[in-house]
Amino acid sequence: MMSYAKPLPVLDSETKTFWEACRQAKLTLQRCAQCGHVRFPPTHFCSKCHSARHEWVESSGHGRVFSWIVVRHPVPRDVYASDVPYVVALITLDEGVRIPSNIVGIAPERVTADMPVRVIFREATPEITLPLFEPIPE
Amino acid sequence: MYALRDKYAIAGIGWTEYSKKSGRTVRSLASEASLKAIDDAGLAVSDIDGFVSFNFNDSVPAISVATEIGVPAARYANDFLSGGNAANMIVLTAAAVIEAGLAETVLCYRAMNGRSGFRLGGGRDLSAYGITQFTAPFGWITYPQAMAMWCRRHMIEYGTTAEQLGEIAVTFRSNAVSNPRAMQRDPIVMNDYMASRMIVEPFRMLDICLETDGACAVLVTSAERARDLRRKPVYISGGAYGGGPDQGEDLFDAIRWPDHSHNYAKYIADDLWRSAGMGPTDIDIAQIYDCFTYSIIMQLEGLGFCGEGEGGPFVQGGRIARNGALPLNTHGGLLSEGYIHGLNHVVEAVQQLRGEAGPRQIPDVETCLTTAGAMTCGSAMVLRN
Repeated sequence: MMSYAKPLPVLDSETKTFWEACRQAKLTLQRCAQCGHVRFPPTHFCSKCHSARHEWVESSGHGRVFSWIVVRHPVPRDVYASDVPYVVALITLDEGVRIPSNIVGIAPERVTADMPVRVIFREATPEITLPLFEPIPE
Repeated sequence: MYALRDKYAIAGIGWTEYSKKSGRTVRSLASEASLKAIDDAGLAVSDIDGFVSFNFNDSVPAISVATEIGVPAARYANDFLSGGNAANMIVLTAAAVIEAGLAETVLCYRAMNGRSGFRLGGGRDLSAYGITQFTAPFGWITYPQAMAMWCRRHMIEYGTTAEQLGEIAVTFRSNAVSNPRAMQRDPIVMNDYMASRMIVEPFRMLDICLETDGACAVLVTSAERARDLRRKPVYISGGAYGGGPDQGEDLFDAIRWPDHSHNYAKYIADDLWRSAGMGPTDIDIAQIYDCFTYSIIMQLEGLGFCGEGEGGPFVQGGRIARNGALPLNTHGGLLSEGYIHGLNHVVEAVQQLRGEAGPRQIPDVETCLTTAGAMTCGSAMVLRN
């Protein structure tokens, strides 16, 4: 297979569980075991109550577009030349956290604010699966 | 809060040529700007005993500059690892260092081969460790891509338009025309802005600042001493640094930031104005951090020059032009003068307050605001003559 040229996540002790769940087609978030605060990105301590105890809960995978950009000029050129134009969005999940991802399955000019989206999973390499988002048909 | 109102002053400024390819080491650029600032103040190298700088792993440590120019006894040196948010904070730090007795005469500089060497705008490491593992794998990599996300949010919430961004780009370019330091001196009109290439919607090429090889420096000492030196002192009346909660893990990380229509400015406004004993209506001109056109709008709103969401209409109709009610970025800014990471805004403020800005001089300038930073943290100062 062709080698994957785009950036790949470098897993660490806090993020390993998130990415391993993506491989199982599950979008998961940390929930503080002490105060119940749901947080993303993963951290060791809860910023609300400072507890280090947490559990991983599966997200509904549904959210809305908070903001988005359309990348026209590829950087680096050799990596993204065949991808432009592509959409990167900040998505507010139903659980209240925001997550950056791509919006796929829609022409970039048709993306709108607050548009409902849902997660899909796309394998980048045998080790890494990325959570992407597509519009939810009205 | 900064509690040293008018007690410290900028007594000297220096800068190198701003170019795309210096052909020189970053250290030599830093040394040249520093020597010029020392000479401007009428001081000798042996008078310098402190350095404060900032870098993004793209510059040289202060001790190397002290070594190259032959400072006999540096008593303080501080190299902040930081982005443009530090460009005013280093000057405030210099005042604090002198107040604490750690040094008497402190050089603040920023030096970089920002175009021919390490390019901040596009040169991020593609290995997505730390927070970037949640951004870079989706092709969200460069600073223009980061800031465009904020700008879109302002457009969603307040209806901010391309024409409003364009007015900022056109105005700053017109200021650069008469600035011999500026890298871009050809005037542009709104049609040029609208026709400029879309890089990352909603940003066109002309929404994005330059990349520059060069250095500039400002020399800080006590107001009392500055009054005996060669140049008219420029007093540091007030200043502030900071941002809100959830500033993130690096300058790119705004995943947890609550509200992308507002940046650090709203969080430091109270400290800034109270420290200076002034408010927005007391400001004659301002040099506002403009890594992108849009960052101007958030800072005008956050610092109280207009209401929330009113920054777009505020910049229209000539208000920010050189003959307008609030002239902005009289040197052309990061957009048209060059990208010395915001310290070049302080240099321009000093020239305007001394009345030595030549053909681009704004008449009767007594107060000038400078700012530094665009996203979740930043710094600002009120300077006066």
